[in-house]
Amino acid sequence: MAPLTPNERMRRLAPDGRPMRRVAAGFIKPNDRLTSFERLEIYNRQYWFRILSGFAEDFPGVRVVLGDRRFDALSKAYLQQCPSRSFTLRNLGSRLESWLRAHPRWAGARQKLVVDMARLEWADIEAFDGKAEPVLKPEDLAGVDPGGLRLHLQPYLQLLDLRFPVDDLLLAVRQDSPEDSQDASNAFNERRKHKRVAAVARLSPAPIFLAVHRVDYSVYFRRLEPEEFAILRRLRQGKSLNQAMDGGFRGSKIPRDRRAAALTQWFHNWAALGWFCRPEKRSAKS
Amino acid sequence: MPANRFNNFTDYGIGIGLRATHYNHILTRKPVVDWFEIISENFMVDGGRPLQILDRILEQYRVVQHGVSMYFGSAERANREHLRRLKDLVKRTKTPWVSDHLCWGSVDGRYTHDLLPMPYTFEAAKLTAQKVREVRDFLEVPVAVENVSSYAEFHVSEMSEWEFLNEVVERADCGILLDVNNIYVSSQNHSFDPLTYVNSVPAERVAQIHIAGHSKYRKYILDTHDHPVIDPVWRLYSRAIERVGHTATLLEWDDSIPTFKEVHDEALKANKFLASAALARAV
Repeated sequence: MAPLTPNERMRRLAPDGRPMRRVAAGFIKPNDRLTSFERLEIYNRQYWFRILSGFAEDFPGVRVVLGDRRFDALSKAYLQQCPSRSFTLRNLGSRLESWLRAHPRWAGARQKLVVDMARLEWADIEAFDGKAEPVLKPEDLAGVDPGGLRLHLQPYLQLLDLRFPVDDLLLAVRQDSPEDSQDASNAFNERRKHKRVAAVARLSPAPIFLAVHRVDYSVYFRRLEPEEFAILRRLRQGKSLNQAMDGGFRGSKIPRDRRAAALTQWFHNWAALGWFCRPEKRSAKS
Repeated sequence: MPANRFNNFTDYGIGIGLRATHYNHILTRKPVVDWFEIISENFMVDGGRPLQILDRILEQYRVVQHGVSMYFGSAERANREHLRRLKDLVKRTKTPWVSDHLCWGSVDGRYTHDLLPMPYTFEAAKLTAQKVREVRDFLEVPVAVENVSSYAEFHVSEMSEWEFLNEVVERADCGILLDVNNIYVSSQNHSFDPLTYVNSVPAERVAQIHIAGHSKYRKYILDTHDHPVIDPVWRLYSRAIERVGHTATLLEWDDSIPTFKEVHDEALKANKFLASAALARAV
């Protein structure tokens, strides 16, 4: 569906070039106050207002990185090419990352930063209401051969390898949201927000590894060591514990004599955070 | 009359829509509310806070599910994933009935997330009723269809909106969620008498009633659910109750949402009309 005109009106020409007045008059009755065009326009405007506001709500970080004008253009282009294919608006941004990679011009010079931010914001949505399986307990491992053990990660846990520290940026964006600064004027808030966010957005690329997870139903970001990330990613891929650890330390700068201690600490943390879950019965049999 | 097969022979009173801005108040203060209506799609997720909140609400309150994207009037078949998730939620909430709108809103798997008006034709009624039956058979709970507010009418329509509603519910043998605010909004936008609509609805099929506020513009009215209920809508509600009896009534307030107390107090104004109707029936 073609976006609205710059002054938020329905376009005067249909995609096939016919005048919209004639198209609308062909199937919609006018009344004593509104033409067919105007009646159709009510729905056209509502559609765009609804999906644009839903999209902006889900990607405040992308908006800050791009600025309002560029974000507005990107939103319209994305939603035109990737209209909702789900019964819920929650999934509106599910194709944003792949769309941004295929259409880099909409993100301009900051394309890589925008892609990272889009990935983080989508991971945040997935972690918020993703499935949680029962947490793995020590007794679930009784009698299991540790060498061939395959540990399952919680479905809600999202693992991201990012080029920029966008977690800091997104947290800054959220800290500067209106509800956190009720005692200041709007103009002051806007200036402060712009200043703080712009400073973070200017950061040079600095690769980070991130777990987006939940504790007590709230989503948190947790930075990971590269080796931690590599091991967790392999576990998610279904590799055995041995395979995950072998692969995880490939090319590692951690001295060999410190790896056992690091592993012990990581596994302790992951277990404490409830990231390991009991496999579903079906996969347990296999 | 009010406890009927379309609301699973329940006798629910006055409820309000469960909205995120009120979660904290509800969970900490535990106000007395007869029932909450939830937007099904908000809870058709795999886990996390939405379901945790819902489970806590279900410990204390009765919940009825109301959907916004089944699109009974869309030409395509019901989305299987949607149906599966909806049924999972039905099992969780034990809702006595589910409702969604008499409208369309998706084409070739693309969703508008809007409640688009139907062309009131016999062919559309037939297809819509077929889909209502399909959904009801899958979910195994009664289904009620809600009349929507509309801003456009089609040249091809062969009947009035209320005749179309009756045609669909008779063919589908389903219930009606009668939204008296929507009737008022459409009556102003399309210049018909709203009482004719209310008087034409088959009373025995009304499972639930919606009331709400709206926004008036110079040339039309928008169904915004962001104001108190206006007197002409209360008068329609009064007439509806007079015809159908004490029926589960729900106030919708979805934008510029005030405090929980203000919303609940607005909903409880319905008691006055329910009492008058009960008195009139008794004498």
